[in-house]
Amino acid sequence: MKKIFMWLIFLGSITNAIAQESFPINGIRDIRAGLYAFTNATIVQNEKNKIENATLLIKQGKIIAVGISVTIPKDAIIINCAGKFIYPSFIDPFTDYGAGTVKRAINSLGYGGPGQFLSNKVGAYNWNQAIKPEINAADVFSIDESMAANYRSNGFGAVFTHLKDGIARGTGAVVSLNTENTNQAILKTKAAAVYSFEKGTSTQSYPSSLMGSIALLRQTYLDAKWYKTKPVTEGVNLSLEAWNNNQNLPQIFLADDKWSTVRADRLGDEFGVQYIIKGGDNGYQRIDEMVKTKASYILGIDFPVAMDVEDPNDARFISLADLKHWELAPTNPAAFEKANISFSFSSSDLKDSKLFLTNIKKAIQFGLSETKALEALTKTPATQLGVYDQVGSLETGKLANFIITTEPIFSSTSKIIENWVQGNKYEINGAEWKNFAGKYKLTINNGGTKSEYNLEVKKDLSASIIGTDTLSAKIAINESMIKISFPTKKGRGAEQIRLSGTILGNDWTGIGTDATGSKTTWLANLTNPLINTTETKKTNDTLKALAKITYPFVGFGNETIPTQETILIKNTTVWTSDKEGILKNTDVLIKNGKIGKIGQNITDATARIIDGSNKHLSAGIIDEHSHIGALSINEGAQSVTSEVRIADNLNPEDINIYRQLSGGVTSSHILHGSANTIGGQTQLIKLRWGANDQDLKFAGADPFIKFALGENVKRTTSSNNNRFPDTRMGVEEVLNDAFDRALDYQKALKENPNARKDLELDALVEILNKKRFITCHSYVQPEITYMLRIGDKYGFTVNTFTHILEGFKVADKMKEHGANVSTFSDWFMYKTEVQDATGYNAAIMHKVGLNVCINSDDAEMARRLNQEAAKTIEYGGVSEEDALKMVTINPAKALHVADKVGSIKVGKDADLVLWSDNPLSIYAKSLLTIVDGIVYFDREKDATMHQTVAAEKTRLIQKMLGDKKAGGPTKPAMPSYQTILTCGDHDHEDGLATIYENQKD
Amino acid sequence: MQNKYSTYIFISLALLSTITKAQETIYPATVQKGVTIITHATIHIGNGTVLNDASVLFENGKIKQVGNTISIPSGATTIDASGKQVYPGLILPVSSLGLKEINSGVRGSNDFLEIGDNNASIRSIVSYNTDSKVINALRANGVLLAHVAPMGDLIEGSSSVVQLDAWNYEDAAYKLDNGMFLNMPSLMVRRGGRGYMRPQSGDPVKEGLAKIENVKKFFIDAKAYLQEKNHSVNNLKFEAVRGLFDGKQKLFIRANEVKQMLLAIDLGKTFGFKIVLVGAVESLQIASILAENNIPVILDNQHALPTTEDDDIDQLYKLPAQLKQAGVLFAINDANEQSKQRNMSFNAGTAVAYGLEKEEALSAITLNTAKILGIDAITGSIEVGKDANIIISEGDILDMRGNQLSKAFIQGRDISLDNKQKQLYERYKYKYKIK
Repeated sequence: MKKIFMWLIFLGSITNAIAQESFPINGIRDIRAGLYAFTNATIVQNEKNKIENATLLIKQGKIIAVGISVTIPKDAIIINCAGKFIYPSFIDPFTDYGAGTVKRAINSLGYGGPGQFLSNKVGAYNWNQAIKPEINAADVFSIDESMAANYRSNGFGAVFTHLKDGIARGTGAVVSLNTENTNQAILKTKAAAVYSFEKGTSTQSYPSSLMGSIALLRQTYLDAKWYKTKPVTEGVNLSLEAWNNNQNLPQIFLADDKWSTVRADRLGDEFGVQYIIKGGDNGYQRIDEMVKTKASYILGIDFPVAMDVEDPNDARFISLADLKHWELAPTNPAAFEKANISFSFSSSDLKDSKLFLTNIKKAIQFGLSETKALEALTKTPATQLGVYDQVGSLETGKLANFIITTEPIFSSTSKIIENWVQGNKYEINGAEWKNFAGKYKLTINNGGTKSEYNLEVKKDLSASIIGTDTLSAKIAINESMIKISFPTKKGRGAEQIRLSGTILGNDWTGIGTDATGSKTTWLANLTNPLINTTETKKTNDTLKALAKITYPFVGFGNETIPTQETILIKNTTVWTSDKEGILKNTDVLIKNGKIGKIGQNITDATARIIDGSNKHLSAGIIDEHSHIGALSINEGAQSVTSEVRIADNLNPEDINIYRQLSGGVTSSHILHGSANTIGGQTQLIKLRWGANDQDLKFAGADPFIKFALGENVKRTTSSNNNRFPDTRMGVEEVLNDAFDRALDYQKALKENPNARKDLELDALVEILNKKRFITCHSYVQPEITYMLRIGDKYGFTVNTFTHILEGFKVADKMKEHGANVSTFSDWFMYKTEVQDATGYNAAIMHKVGLNVCINSDDAEMARRLNQEAAKTIEYGGVSEEDALKMVTINPAKALHVADKVGSIKVGKDADLVLWSDNPLSIYAKSLLTIVDGIVYFDREKDATMHQTVAAEKTRLIQKMLGDKKAGGPTKPAMPSYQTILTCGDHDHEDGLATIYENQKD
Repeated sequence: MQNKYSTYIFISLALLSTITKAQETIYPATVQKGVTIITHATIHIGNGTVLNDASVLFENGKIKQVGNTISIPSGATTIDASGKQVYPGLILPVSSLGLKEINSGVRGSNDFLEIGDNNASIRSIVSYNTDSKVINALRANGVLLAHVAPMGDLIEGSSSVVQLDAWNYEDAAYKLDNGMFLNMPSLMVRRGGRGYMRPQSGDPVKEGLAKIENVKKFFIDAKAYLQEKNHSVNNLKFEAVRGLFDGKQKLFIRANEVKQMLLAIDLGKTFGFKIVLVGAVESLQIASILAENNIPVILDNQHALPTTEDDDIDQLYKLPAQLKQAGVLFAINDANEQSKQRNMSFNAGTAVAYGLEKEEALSAITLNTAKILGIDAITGSIEVGKDANIIISEGDILDMRGNQLSKAFIQGRDISLDNKQKQLYERYKYKYKIK
């Protein structure tokens, strides 16, 4: 430690412009003024103001003057910057520079492994290891020479740094990239607090899902508020204390996907926080949603590199979405600018930091203005971090943080010559000083006779004398010595004029010999530096014929979201799933998103007429049990996770939404998985292909929650389970305990308005008060029975038993209780608890009088739910009409939305399917699937979409091949895997490019 | 026209259904004695032909006559199948039936997946459990024969065809060791996922190709070994693949990716093996190559999601029709783990909805399968001389609305269609007093 100390002083004493007053000096003090004048430069003060031929004066690390008429003090060191450009240096608002990294401790956590239920951080901190607001980057900051050099080479002078780990990451500091003095480097200790959805190196089991991360953040906001009341039971919680203290700072949220951004902003809205969003490169795909956040952004600039698609078998597995994103990602900053969103740039996502400026320039090529680019690199990040008074522009009083460049910074061949940080010079491309390219006025004085020549010098020192003839001149430079020679005229045998001298800034001077051998003196002045002005902006060409943005941004997305139509379906067979039964030769009018009329000879002049003869119309299929359209399904880290919500992590871009529309599905109940006894809150959605996550939701539907019993929740397939419960007996007691706690909580809340608000128990209280309803995954009869009794005991009805393959054994009990049932048609023997499963289950329960639904729990099978329902005809002889109800009105009833959907009745939502055949036949295909009167699936249009998708892929693959041929960088082709989430209940074997994220744990 | 025999059978069936008995008392049927004739039926031969109001007559387990003008011999058991559909018994083209009982959580009930790269000498038949609770359920769905295959990392061992009405595996054996199974390593780069889906540590292409080279080396060594009868040291693995070299056994290669399938074809050509591709979801990509080389495929599961996000939503539904058009011989399977292959006929039905002719779809679960398994001389269609493996359905067996078996015969034996699922149905109809 002492050594480092000494070294710092030593360094400071010789080079640093600023002294560290409190530090003792061992030796003789050597404090220098650090007074420099950068003259004759084009100074770009900020994104708006450019001054030609100006001077920048700095002293002791700060700017003391900038402008044209700056008086240069006598003791200033003058650096002639003629022909050069000076910009404020850049600020990266999202790095971990010098803040260190944390390695994940090795533990046995993993698929099926034992859980860690509490934080293993020692001290009076939070229960969850991923919440660490007590971390302050300034406390751990130390200069990292190589990282600093790297940032400086990209033009940065200061960065925001924080410890990139965890969900609440504590505070970050703004530090300059001076590597001389740590104390001076820290410009602002607590500049902002940082959050993310990523738990990072935390070894704790919870949270294990995105929705768990969100729930944890929500609970922590509540806990921190409660902590302010100094609750005795909590003692001192340093994490919550820090959390509260951090709230006054700018709040940065890492959310580098467009939907993630929306999620983060929504979280902020709930708790009155406007986050600065650290986004990625795909916001352009949903720019309206980005605008709506009203956030200021930090944009990533790591545009995808072309893949090597020479092998068609490899290319086949790259999705259109990935190909399009490769083409369009560079338009992201321009899209933000066009939408008038404030943003800065961060280099932190870049795998190859050398690409930083290259990619900024690429973004400019793709429509970003240079002004905005500069603002995003200087003023905006400085403003976001509250340090614009120190950095971000070249103004008197601000830090002497600037770069000197050969050309305007965004021109393609521009180079940074020097990067000055707090008055310290860091050479980047020092050799560029020796760029003598320019036009010179050469004056040769031969005993009073002056001859003038126009000398033009190129970068490689090839030169010519421009006169009536153009004569080539030879120039040789050795450090500050220069030799010039040129002929007096064209042709062989011309005499040579030879000059020799020294270089001082832009002036060359010395003595020479003329053609006659007379001695001369000479002087060459730079009159006009040669700047690459031939740069052609490719903007217009580049932007032509780019991929179209579709909603959603995947194959089969639409360029515009389909809209409501007035449709009259004539002369069809209508399966009403209602009192009227099956109506032949009937017309149905769809208007304003509702079923307008049902009957014969209906007319409507405004309607699109669809001939329904030889076709069948049914209500849209409702899948009571689905796991599509979400980014995580199971929060399995604890046995009770009623605080998590599927709604928090909907994924509107799941191709399975479209695929299921093709099977006639119009509503899906997206359930939490079966990893734990009390799972998360579910979300009923309508399959509005192209809508955002909010608009997917089935408005006004009662809230539900997923419970699960049996093998999965006792983690049967884990060989080393340590999570309670491990038996069905334990499962029952988890339920009793949970509702017991809920009752006490409800009481406590009533008695004390300051009682701790608990999101987990809130959901359970809702159940007790019949405001939230249970869908309970269950299989065998004892567990079904005890679940009923728990409902009886705590005074609620178990709304739905799902899967329920032994439901037939206790159908009478469920009937008496008033439960609905939702089951598989014909599955059996895939696990111990379904050994007694029988295809006749649905028929028995139906005959006993239960409201029976047939569900999918499977992204593929959901496309054929009509056929699954038809199996009740095969197994148990259910009538066709009743069979179809099991996937239409029955699930609507079970989900409390039968007043809106599930049958064809005037006034209900126009959620309909037009089938090519009897909807219970395997030969039936949906021709049209309509939700809210909007045609989201049209089999004819689908056929043309196949071709569009294929053609667009071909175009993009050819373009990638072209890029490779032109020598552009490529990376190996990576298949675009689709992650299919499952509840972990059974196997799925779909698709080579499919990853089943079996989220049992 | 109703006759006294059919009445008798009707009554006996009715009796059967009311007497509740455990699955343990569902006995394998005894050898067919005498003559049985099914009359007035719509007979789907299995080769594309349909005979209306026709009869099929079988005696001592073999089909003797099929046609519209068969006279009923005296003493024949007559089954009036007016309004009903008669089909060849369905054949599972690849299955773990009898080897795998409960997929998840009960390791002890599973005997389908052996460890090790080369298990050429293991035989599925010795592990085939005729008392599996799955078998009777499948029979009620029309499945009478199954090709039971082991699984493993690379060379998986030999498969056999069994008939599904037997006391033990020796009774069940229908065609012994007709296939050798090879699991082609994947050559796709993985990203993300857990468990077996986790990203590979090395280069999958390199590793996969190295494995294939090892397989080739094995066959080269085996070929040399098999030239000589006497060996100082016996090699069971080499002995096990003798059938591949003399054409008595086919090599079934599990392969889905184009590259896997091309390597499989190459392997077959190198050693002159008859090969069959199992899985083959990407077979359309190389359909012309498959047709040119007469390589049949077994499509594991039509009811699967499209291969990639951008593939047509009905990509796999229409694959059979596309293969038919390309001239590829194919069989349709149902690899779904949860419904235990009971929906094979519906996979075929889906293929019809997406372009295949109904009788072609039927062939894909009967005669084509028999051809691919090398048993078409004795089964797969309702043709004279073949085993009387026959089912009678109330309606169209490819559609849920019609699929309702009333009778099934294996080698002419009138087998029981009762099973645990039906028994539980009866049990609870009794409890709830419902019909």
